[in-house]
Amino acid sequence: MRPLGAQRGANLQPIPRGLCYSGVYMAIAANDPLCVRLAANLDEAFPDLVVDHQQLVFGVAARVVGEFAAEDVAQEVFVRAFRALRKYPAERISEMRLRPWLARMTLNLARNAIRRRRTEVDLADVQETQQSPDHDPVHLIQRAEDQERWARLLAGLPPRYRLAVALRHIDDLSYTEIAETLDRPVGSVKSDVHRGIALLRAAYDAEQRGQERGMAKEAV
Amino acid sequence: MTDQHIEAGLHSLRTPAPQGLLDKVLDRLGLGDAYVRVEGPIGPLFVAFGRDGISLVERAGEAGDAGDFEAAFRATFGRPVRRIDRAPELIERVIDARLWGKQKAAGPLPLDLHELPEFEQQVLRKVLEIPRGEVRPYAWVAAELGRPLAVRAVGNAVARNPIPFVIPCHRVVRSDGRIGNYGAGGPTAKRAVLESEGMDTTEMERLPAKGVRFIGSDSTRIYCYPSCRNARRITQKHRVPLRSADDARHAGYRACKVCRPVDPPFRAAVA
Repeated sequence: MRPLGAQRGANLQPIPRGLCYSGVYMAIAANDPLCVRLAANLDEAFPDLVVDHQQLVFGVAARVVGEFAAEDVAQEVFVRAFRALRKYPAERISEMRLRPWLARMTLNLARNAIRRRRTEVDLADVQETQQSPDHDPVHLIQRAEDQERWARLLAGLPPRYRLAVALRHIDDLSYTEIAETLDRPVGSVKSDVHRGIALLRAAYDAEQRGQERGMAKEAV
Repeated sequence: MTDQHIEAGLHSLRTPAPQGLLDKVLDRLGLGDAYVRVEGPIGPLFVAFGRDGISLVERAGEAGDAGDFEAAFRATFGRPVRRIDRAPELIERVIDARLWGKQKAAGPLPLDLHELPEFEQQVLRKVLEIPRGEVRPYAWVAAELGRPLAVRAVGNAVARNPIPFVIPCHRVVRSDGRIGNYGAGGPTAKRAVLESEGMDTTEMERLPAKGVRFIGSDSTRIYCYPSCRNARRITQKHRVPLRSADDARHAGYRACKVCRPVDPPFRAAVA
């Protein structure tokens, strides 16, 4: 296990720092079957890697650059992932943890894309234009309003909490996976998510109270 | 409000990845490569192509069976290629146009030369300009690229042409008129391909043996490579054999603007 404070990248094996930090030793988990297949025949198994992880990669990219630009970032992530895997020895591939690896690459590439573009995309704006597959108009409007509210509440969070909450509850990464993705201890990731959720709840309650007051005024 | 409520709300913000992402990624990685077997001027060919166009051509006879071609493709590009029955329409049109001189394909030719060094790409693109039924010396290609001394380098680039027949490397010959070597089956095959395009290779080799490198017209005072379409239409009584571009200029001839004939560099340096 890597000592706490070790230089990032000094140890090529992706061992989550958070696990050391919290003093929990990682059980030797069985290798991901997809990784084993990638190690055996990259060309043949790679399409499955894309299929299994495209929602994650696209979602994380959308968190940073907005949905409009997320597809380009997602393409780039998979292209680079393939090129990287082609250079790795089979042994290393079969032991990889794909989700944090991809999520981290996505964050980095998405941030690079933002830097190139020099314009921040407001998450709330992006989520508003999102297409729903549901075509029932009433349901659609209701759904869109709900989504808009959650996107707005999320956008109101400080960036640090916002990303942690989004990765946990939108992109469905586990705490350990987020810790690996962000290269931060599991403990602080957990506390960021919990504080983020608490802030969301507070903001939601405040909005509800505001609406009730509004309605009360109308009634008077 | 419960945590479940918040989590459900956040979960509603999930959006599926756009359709077609997989195809685009595979295309970009070149995992979408395929190949067909087609008839060529001197026997069947395997023609491989990907998103960027035709990437590898080999004679089917020479490469043995399809397995050898697939192995050659993988050795060159480091990725697999799958056999299909019929090429996409665009590729089919290009094959017809380049192999059989059928109607010209409009727009830039879909050829995948990206893995080659820049100079080799330039050489092969220049070779594409040599018309069907004509030949040009290696020295001509070098001069056209503004690197008149790089004759050997041109020879090496042409020899490594991954797309023979489609890129007509058989139309590049030696300045002294000898046919030169050929990657896809040696001089005999090269002669056969040129003959199939209507070249008289015996004549092509006979003239330089007598020291004739260019043909001039004493009425227009223009000199050309012997196979240039403008040289071929000079009537017998106006044809003037010329030994070098220097001689031609001294005799008051100017170079044809179509074939842009040049002396090989080392000869010019000696003169």
